[in-house]
Amino acid sequence: MDTLHELAQRLMALDDRITACMKCGMCQSVCPMFGASGKEADVARGKLFLINNMAHELLKDPEALADKLGRCLLCGSCQAACPPGVKIMEVFMEARELVNAYLGLHPVKKMVFRTLLARPGLFNFAMRVGAPMQGLVFRKTGDAQGTVCAPMLNFMLGDRHIRPLAQKPLHAVHGALDEPRRAGGLKVAFYPGCLGDKMYTEMAEACLKVLRHHNVAVFMPAGLACCGIPALSSGDAEGMLRQMKVNLDVLARGDFDYLLSPCGSCTSTIKELWPRYAGRLGGLESRQAEKLAEKTMDINAFLVDVLKVEAATPAADAVPVTYHDSCHLKKALGVSAQPRTVIAANPGYALTEMAEADRCCGCGGSFNLFHYDYSRRIGQRKRDNVAATGARVVAAGCPACMMQLEDVLSHNNDAVRVKHPVEIYAESLK
Amino acid sequence: MASQALIKDFEELIGKENVFTSEADLQSYSFDSAVLEPVVPALVLRPTSTEQLGLCVKKLYDNGIPMTVRGSGTNLSGGTIPDHSDTAVVLTTGLNRILEINSNDLYAVVEPGVITADFAAAVARKNLFYPPDPGSQAVSTIGGNIAENAGGLRGLKYGVTKDYLMGVEFFDATGETVKTGSRTVKCVTGYNLAGMLIQSEGTLGVISQAILKLVPPPRASKALMAVFDDMQNAAEAVAGIIAAHVLPCTLEFLDHNTIVRVDDFTKAGLPRDAAAILLIEVDGHPAQVADDAEAVERVLKENKAVAVHVPKDAAEKFKLWEARRMALPVLARCRPTTVLEDATVPRSQIPAMMKAVNDIAAKYRVEVGTFGHAGDGNLHPTFLCDKRDVEEFKRVEAAIDEMFDTAIKLQGTLSGEHGIGTAKAKWMEKETSRGTILFSQRLRRALDPKGLLNSTKLVGI
Repeated sequence: MDTLHELAQRLMALDDRITACMKCGMCQSVCPMFGASGKEADVARGKLFLINNMAHELLKDPEALADKLGRCLLCGSCQAACPPGVKIMEVFMEARELVNAYLGLHPVKKMVFRTLLARPGLFNFAMRVGAPMQGLVFRKTGDAQGTVCAPMLNFMLGDRHIRPLAQKPLHAVHGALDEPRRAGGLKVAFYPGCLGDKMYTEMAEACLKVLRHHNVAVFMPAGLACCGIPALSSGDAEGMLRQMKVNLDVLARGDFDYLLSPCGSCTSTIKELWPRYAGRLGGLESRQAEKLAEKTMDINAFLVDVLKVEAATPAADAVPVTYHDSCHLKKALGVSAQPRTVIAANPGYALTEMAEADRCCGCGGSFNLFHYDYSRRIGQRKRDNVAATGARVVAAGCPACMMQLEDVLSHNNDAVRVKHPVEIYAESLK
Repeated sequence: MASQALIKDFEELIGKENVFTSEADLQSYSFDSAVLEPVVPALVLRPTSTEQLGLCVKKLYDNGIPMTVRGSGTNLSGGTIPDHSDTAVVLTTGLNRILEINSNDLYAVVEPGVITADFAAAVARKNLFYPPDPGSQAVSTIGGNIAENAGGLRGLKYGVTKDYLMGVEFFDATGETVKTGSRTVKCVTGYNLAGMLIQSEGTLGVISQAILKLVPPPRASKALMAVFDDMQNAAEAVAGIIAAHVLPCTLEFLDHNTIVRVDDFTKAGLPRDAAAILLIEVDGHPAQVADDAEAVERVLKENKAVAVHVPKDAAEKFKLWEARRMALPVLARCRPTTVLEDATVPRSQIPAMMKAVNDIAAKYRVEVGTFGHAGDGNLHPTFLCDKRDVEEFKRVEAAIDEMFDTAIKLQGTLSGEHGIGTAKAKWMEKETSRGTILFSQRLRRALDPKGLLNSTKLVGI
């Protein structure tokens, strides 16, 4: 793609979907980015209008369009609330891809998406080298969430309070798992996601414990790659395809009834985006992705809908817990009741709802990297809603949200722990 | 045109982050919710205090720069589309504080950028009620509601925005502060300028603060749904309800096309053969609500409703309203372009108007679905088309022309709640008179000698 005219012509492929926008502006009421900036170009109808203007060669500045498109968490809140049902996420993803193809992908992103995340061996090696070294740069913040900060790396990490990398990632602890079915029971493929494998390993361990408790056999192959959502969000479909291809090959070797992930973002990517993009790899991959998508479930939904885990009556001294609806779980997958049931299955906790439980926490994956100031501002609103409940624990069904919640709670010195619903449930099991 | 020096002045005045001049930002303020051509402004300003707002207006006036004031930009008649390429858009969204909610004296004081639904929720938390509920309330601003005299579903019983405006402060075109009305129920100090400002569509002044009336909330409510196989029967039922001295808080209807489209989409099992569905809600003291609901049910049956549903609980009631909530979203999904009109007639003329709308649609071969507020005769004929198809869109425009002719003949009005803007300016004289246009223009010129405030809207200046 060499000229603006060519870019415009490629963007015209989105015209039918964009025209469906009636510019009613209802997206303003749910958009976390608009909530923080108040700018029309930051909300879906403004972005759709600008993409359309670029397609009609009325907007001349592709860098500006790339910048506006980047000011979005891809949380899908707008699409979920859109009266005429515009497929906003599809349009944004494709527009990011086209604009990136014109402007060129940033070399660092290219290295990360196409080489590091598509080659699990290399990624795992880099992280394992990194884990023992992190003590040198990270300093404990001493907060309830157990996060660290890195003043020396301020130029790179900013003032983030994050969990340190696990001393030993999940795959190193367990190796490749391929358990036999127990007495004709169910068997699932477990996809921990990058954060579940490398950072939130206790959360992933809790998932394995719960599956064991319910006599579900687990297939967790070596060599799983990133699901591809960070690459695709950055407009790098090529990187995402490479990662998906690695995963499809590895997963094809297993025999399982369901594919489960404790990460809402991974689950929605596998379920919705893999089938949509796999056709670009070929017919075989397309069929593989379709079949896999049908089997893919959020782990909370699996526990409640398949294993019939039920809510218990909270004990008198139950710990107050509140639940944050991750965007990819609720708005993309429609999973919102099940995580609450999973939490309530532990009588040691009493669920109390926060205001705006399904409002985006502000993480948005790479959005957090490039717009940390807005991410924190959006996160603060979530933090305030969490704090107002008086809960001592906040649960979320996506490690990306957990990371964001820990960061904002830590910065506010709140004594609120962050847990995955399955971790809470696992605590009640022997 | 705004010079670089002037832009720098504004940046110093309201902060660099509140002055938008990039190509992309300017284009994003070139449109609102109306199906009209966009106009890209020269400058967008977002003052964050009343003082800044006044200084912005003054500076723009002194420099002869046209102004279009904008809240959330949900206008359906083009009222917030800039008039010219040298227009400055003045955003009120930076002024979004609720200054006071007074439970003793039943009023609230707000800045213009407060979101209607946020305000209603804040008022509800104090166990009070602000009834106006325009369809865009989740995003619309109080300033915009005042400038357009926004209505909503509760118009019949509770009235519209103008019925809740006790006082207003605004800047005139030159940036002078004007105050009118008060926190008291009675106030005859000077002209009733609040009455002039309401529905002035940004042509007479820039609203900086409003005093709004609050009422005690109803303690109970009850909903009913009735199905009719004849539009006339439905209209007679509406008249019958009013004649029985029941004033429902909402009295909505869906026409045949809308029912079929909604049922196609939701598979909710709506009566697909019905000519109309009426959705009625009564509210008030529990005893009164029980009496009223009984009376409504009786009137509906007397007027040949083929079915009457009374929901047993909140869940059923929610489901009942689903068809009405889905009306616009479903119609909007049918075709790429949705032209939402709001022709309004005296309620007894609803059958005549509905027949005319459907005849006109057939004549011009365009698809229309109609729903709306049967209690106050405010219809929303919704034209479904593709504006990229020039020939089809011409037919839609011709159909709308004829529809307005009919509304006026039936002693109705061009616009119940969406405003005139530029979209309906050409029909103004037809409904009113030449004198009305001249009077309005003279009024504007006297107050805004340079003709800078939203100059092409309403009657023009």
